[in-house]
Amino acid sequence: MTRTANPPEIQAKPRKRINLRQALNVNILGPIIGLILVSILFGILEPRGFLQLGNAKNILLEATIVAVAAIGTTPVIVSAGIDISIGATIAVVSVCVALMLNHHVPPALAAIGGVGVGALCGLFNGGCVTVLGLNPFIVTLGTFLAFRGAADYLSNNNIVYAPPTWINNLMQVTSHTPLVPWGVWLMLALAALLALMLRYTRFGRHIFAIGSNEQTARLCGIPVRRAKLMIYALGGVFYGIAGILAFAYEDGAGDPTTNKNTPLTAIAAAVIGGASLTGGQGSIVGALLGALFIQTIRVGCQELQLSIGFQQIVTGLIILAAVLLDRVRNPPSA
Amino acid sequence: MISGSETSVPATPPVDRLRMRAIRKRFGATQALDGVSLAVRAGEVLALVGENGAGKSTLMKILSGAYQPDEGEMWIDGRSYQPRDPMAARRAGVAMIYQELSLAPHLSAMENIVLGVEPRHGPLIDWNRTRRIAVNAFRQLGRSDIPADVPVGRLSVAEQQLVEIARAMAVGCKVLVLDEPTSSLTRKDIAGLFALVRRLRDQGHAIVYISHFLEEAREIAGRFVVLRDGRTVGEGKTAQTSIDQIISLMVGRKVEDLYPRSQHTPGEMVLELSDVAGAKKIVSASLQLRRGEVLGIAGLVGAGRTEMLRAIFGLDPVVKGRIKVGVYSGPTTPARRWTQGVGAVSEDRKREGLAMGLSIAENITLSRLPLLVSPRRQKADAAEWIRRLAVRCGGPAQKVVHLSGGNQQKVAVARLLHHGVDVLLLDEPTRGIDVGSKAQIYKLIDELALQNKAVLMISSYLPELMGVCDRISVMCRGVLHPARPTREITEEQIMLEATGAGATL
Repeated sequence: MTRTANPPEIQAKPRKRINLRQALNVNILGPIIGLILVSILFGILEPRGFLQLGNAKNILLEATIVAVAAIGTTPVIVSAGIDISIGATIAVVSVCVALMLNHHVPPALAAIGGVGVGALCGLFNGGCVTVLGLNPFIVTLGTFLAFRGAADYLSNNNIVYAPPTWINNLMQVTSHTPLVPWGVWLMLALAALLALMLRYTRFGRHIFAIGSNEQTARLCGIPVRRAKLMIYALGGVFYGIAGILAFAYEDGAGDPTTNKNTPLTAIAAAVIGGASLTGGQGSIVGALLGALFIQTIRVGCQELQLSIGFQQIVTGLIILAAVLLDRVRNPPSA
Repeated sequence: MISGSETSVPATPPVDRLRMRAIRKRFGATQALDGVSLAVRAGEVLALVGENGAGKSTLMKILSGAYQPDEGEMWIDGRSYQPRDPMAARRAGVAMIYQELSLAPHLSAMENIVLGVEPRHGPLIDWNRTRRIAVNAFRQLGRSDIPADVPVGRLSVAEQQLVEIARAMAVGCKVLVLDEPTSSLTRKDIAGLFALVRRLRDQGHAIVYISHFLEEAREIAGRFVVLRDGRTVGEGKTAQTSIDQIISLMVGRKVEDLYPRSQHTPGEMVLELSDVAGAKKIVSASLQLRRGEVLGIAGLVGAGRTEMLRAIFGLDPVVKGRIKVGVYSGPTTPARRWTQGVGAVSEDRKREGLAMGLSIAENITLSRLPLLVSPRRQKADAAEWIRRLAVRCGGPAQKVVHLSGGNQQKVAVARLLHHGVDVLLLDEPTRGIDVGSKAQIYKLIDELALQNKAVLMISSYLPELMGVCDRISVMCRGVLHPARPTREITEEQIMLEATGAGATL
């Protein structure tokens, strides 16, 4: 059969927007439009301060920790898993980094060690999910308590202050910072790396396949268990990096109570960015935009001097709206 | 008696129970229904046939209130019928029984039957009346043997289907639609279902029967309507129409030989099972498969055929015996089987065979992705298979979930071809797909055998096994009987072997 013999309906009419969408992997127009809309809204409500470069830099910096966590947890969500131990992992890592620096470990080694601790936490989660075959929500509910406890234990329930090192500069504005602090650039670089990994490597495509249909993945010879173990460990690496940034953000202090709301905010950012909690869908760029979106609302509410409680109500409702939008776009029966 | 689509249903002396006229429905650029008309009288079974994508399910969704038609009218007992939603359709007396049953497995039969219309004493459920309704419904169906208070999850599939029909009866259904009701039933259960359908027909219900199994549709229905490309292309009395005539209407062309089997020359041995027993169902299976041949596995649903295929492919463990693929034997995994040149197509496209939410390109290339993936290359490869297998789709980036069953199956098979396997394990490769796609898959299997590949094919549809396979082996209760050349056996012998000598059920 030749091409000309194909029935006419095969020659689908080219749609203009589809290429952009495909290039970005998932429909991220939603979060982009949302981001623009809330910026305009706050720009109108707070005409003096909101739409300024300084404010944008501030939002970027404030969003960085959640963004690193959100992009790191996106592969977990795409594979139809979930990790709610993110904040606890960040806390353990920031305490560990502070303790290592106090024991005169060179900053570079302490940073690598912090990432390693994060990876170990992730491996533990992944091991429970794959080897023991437990439900990821239950596993990470358990490890969320356990890691948080470990942070408290290691720090004696106190903030651990460490001597100043270059690590602190990651999240500070100094005379040498190029436009925004290095931590923000690191976050953007990590996002680019992970986005490329998801799109252009076998491992990345396997993550989507596992999340879309694990049975199919098995049938196609994908080592599902090993892949899941790696997905959770990779998540742990990102939470580790987020932990170092949290340590730097606190000006060189390991706070065992840090990032209490981060897991939910990070998961919400991924969902706003188009990730589906039933797996198979999601994008790094979307998660990044989702994190910026949430932070923009938070900063905007702060500048309007709305209470923290009110900010949380707004954020919560927006998350619900995002999930609803997702449901409208992808009805469960289709 | 076959009439063209232009002539609508002739007015019959009594009012039609259900009448649909000139129904049109458009989804975006697709005209799903383009003027469909049909009528069913009380006490009649009407077979609605057509290839996948012909518009049967859209039509039934309009009937059941799930979609609203763009144009056209419907009447029930002569009164205009315009359901706004499925609940309104139910109230008007339209009941649908889908292939996938919609029962709450943890609830009892009687609870399922009154679900949503529970009889009440004030705020409390009236259990006595609930039970009475269920018992009456079962009596109406002539199956008082079904327990009303056991969780339906513990009943057999056939009994569950009955519970669902009883639910339709309990709310006073006038039009009963059965959508592929026999696809998961054994032969004995099918006979039971047909007896029931006849009973309901004689009680004066109007029944619409949708099936791919034309023999069955012809057996149970008095009249038939054929849909193609969203139009009514023919109708008539089943007694006066042959299956071949119906098929020609469905595919819109003369039925050539559906089974184009060429002369195959078996070569070296590629797959050998010696007295294999599995953890699930397989008691003893021995077989030999050579290059260039098609081996069919017949048997009843649940005989252990799927489990054998899963064991061969490393999806289920083997507890005894030896499976040898080429020179390899010993414990295995699907990944190893793929590298050894073996690929499998699952019987369950939705749950196992395909990642429904991913694109055609992702699904075809999934088993053989390079370390670094080029999406452009993936799409180009997929486009090539789409062209070669004539997959009807909007392009390689389209999600598999939006394809018809036949086209999904082509994607599942394309994965094996893209991987370049030598041994194809196909489990019910034509289940639930239209006649046109079936013919293409038969042709493909034949070509593969000519290209010196080996095919192992499980099927519950005997005519296709007889038409496609060089040899056939029957499995009965986990025991695989020795294979015999197809020309030396008959369908009756296969059925006898499959049901086992003196076997009950």
